[in-house]
Amino acid sequence: MNRLDQVFENNPEGNLLNVYFTAGYPKLRDTRTILHALEKAGTDIVEIGMPYSDPMADGPTIQQSNDVAIGNGMTIHTLFDQLQGMREHVSLPIVLMGYINPVMQFGLEKFCQKCQEVGIDGLILPDLPMAEYLDIHKPTFEKYGLYNVFLITPQTSEARIREIDENTHGFIYMVSSASITGAKGSITEGQVAYFNRVNAMGLRNPRLIGFGISNHETFSTACQYAKGAIIGSAFINLVRESHDLEKDITEYIHAVKGR
Amino acid sequence: MQYGVDERGYYGKFGGAYIPEMLYPNIEELRENYLDIIAEPGFQEEFQMLLRDYVGRPTPLYFAKRLSDKYGASIYLKREDLCHTGAHKVNNTIGQIILAKKLGKKRIIAETGAGQHGVATATVCALMGLPCTVYMGAVDMERQKPNVERMRILGAEVKPAESGSKTLKDATNEAMRAWINNPTDTHYIIGSVVGPHPYPDMVARFQSVISEEIRWQLKEKEGRETPDYVVACVGGGSNAAGAFYHFLNEENVRLVNVEADGMGFSTGKSAATSILGKEGVLHGSRTLLMQTEDGQVVEPYSISAGLDYPGIGPMHAHLFDTKRADFYSVTDEEAMKACVEVSRFEGIIPAIETGHAFGALPKMELKSSDVVVINLSGRGDKDLATYIKWGGY
Ligand SMILES: Cc1ncc(COP(=O)(O)O)c(C=O)c1O
Repeated sequence: MNRLDQVFENNPEGNLLNVYFTAGYPKLRDTRTILHALEKAGTDIVEIGMPYSDPMADGPTIQQSNDVAIGNGMTIHTLFDQLQGMREHVSLPIVLMGYINPVMQFGLEKFCQKCQEVGIDGLILPDLPMAEYLDIHKPTFEKYGLYNVFLITPQTSEARIREIDENTHGFIYMVSSASITGAKGSITEGQVAYFNRVNAMGLRNPRLIGFGISNHETFSTACQYAKGAIIGSAFINLVRESHDLEKDITEYIHAVKGR
Repeated sequence: MQYGVDERGYYGKFGGAYIPEMLYPNIEELRENYLDIIAEPGFQEEFQMLLRDYVGRPTPLYFAKRLSDKYGASIYLKREDLCHTGAHKVNNTIGQIILAKKLGKKRIIAETGAGQHGVATATVCALMGLPCTVYMGAVDMERQKPNVERMRILGAEVKPAESGSKTLKDATNEAMRAWINNPTDTHYIIGSVVGPHPYPDMVARFQSVISEEIRWQLKEKEGRETPDYVVACVGGGSNAAGAFYHFLNEENVRLVNVEADGMGFSTGKSAATSILGKEGVLHGSRTLLMQTEDGQVVEPYSISAGLDYPGIGPMHAHLFDTKRADFYSVTDEEAMKACVEVSRFEGIIPAIETGHAFGALPKMELKSSDVVVINLSGRGDKDLATYIKWGGY
């Protein structure tokens, strides 16, 4: 069973915390340290970002972490080297997130094969068109046991949400507002109306809410409208400032989850 | 062979719409509507009127006698430098602003490198009374101060792109991000035949007036509608796309794309995408782009900011792949020499982008019976500082 299915099955009440971090940031060799600290602290799902020079959907925080990681020498090859053997220590579901060009250059089939080899459960490739995924790549994803996670936004039409629900596995990434990553603030009435509208659709996939989630308050509000939420930019800010990754990550995750 | 876009938005294997879901509704809205809107009589009437009375079209097709004598062929210049604002860019911004109005959009955003497209966008926004924000790399804002001020005089807000290398590709990313943040009331006027489908096709259609005019003008002057060669410089490729458009399926017309080779492609300071590029995805389309082995986009270099782009539009990638077009690369030095030659031989100071197109002439093997049309995409006023700094005249 895919670890993503498992985590939703084991936690029917939801409240799942998915944390995004950029591979090779702040230091090239921090990837494993951060991953292990997240697992120990009780994170439910982890999204590892593969850095890209031109991250079109990302705000300044994640852009900057991408630039630093590339400068540190992070590549897809290096990431797979770092993740080799991690399944002896880490059991939470892991999703790789990144833009399509570096994956294309690595070779999509080889990429999927390496993902399976190191124990990746799913992929988020936001600029891979659904039509191309369905026409060309779907059998490759399936062959290597990888779930493809699609995004929806407040502007996504009902017909399109249904199409996405049909072709997504694991969960649907529900982007909280019309924005790039890193947008701040509390959850508004308009957003709640959108969450409720989607919830009323009876979709087969669970949803996780992302973009603009940063602390216990926004996390628990989001959890009222979905199975859980995703934190990205706020976590990047934390690791950038940290002098003791393990301690700071543990405290932060406990605080967000309200333990 | 099909050289235009197919119904899926591809040129052969290039093109498509590689965009995050946040942009999907915006792009879908455009894709579903652009052909119908362009075909509306109301659209065409306004477009043709503005091209004629505001831009100053048709632009002349001028027989360049002294250059013809020097290169031993009949050389014609398509005078896009005489368009309002000084370059072909305005053909596209006029078309897109009318389209934006028909879509009910209330705000315009754009990216710019050298500032020519930014000025052309700020101009049509002033014309239509729409607020305009232009994203420009912080480095380019420093390099192209006069154009920054032109945009501001026209009432546009110029926002620095501070990410990545702070140049055109980053300004394009910033414009895309701004569009994600304003998905309903805003239209993004892209400046070349790049970006996700339908942009490359839409921009090519608006620029196609160039080759439409060349056909009847050449008929008047030479008694034939088709030249032997059409030559254009290529940054993203919009002036080339416009000059080639009505000749794409005339296999006896050689299409010639001229890229900026900076200091030379072996120096690492070049923008010659056909030589240095590999297939990949840039700004939402599958095309040829300059990138590292790991798929990170490489910053190009050229003396001309308008050609300083790490990719080419998907239509041009397809023309390259199918060998329908010839590609030449012209260095900074060759382009500047050509700029001065055109100034001295014909009394026309060209944009440095356009100087690259002229820089291909010595490399082409021309016969005395050949009829060559060079697309004179812009005038050199904006480049005076670069001419002066180069100094070789
Ligand atoms: C005069 C002129 N020619 C050519 C270009 C390059 O653009 P494109 O390749 O889209 O024609 C520019 C861009 O700024 C320009 O100003």
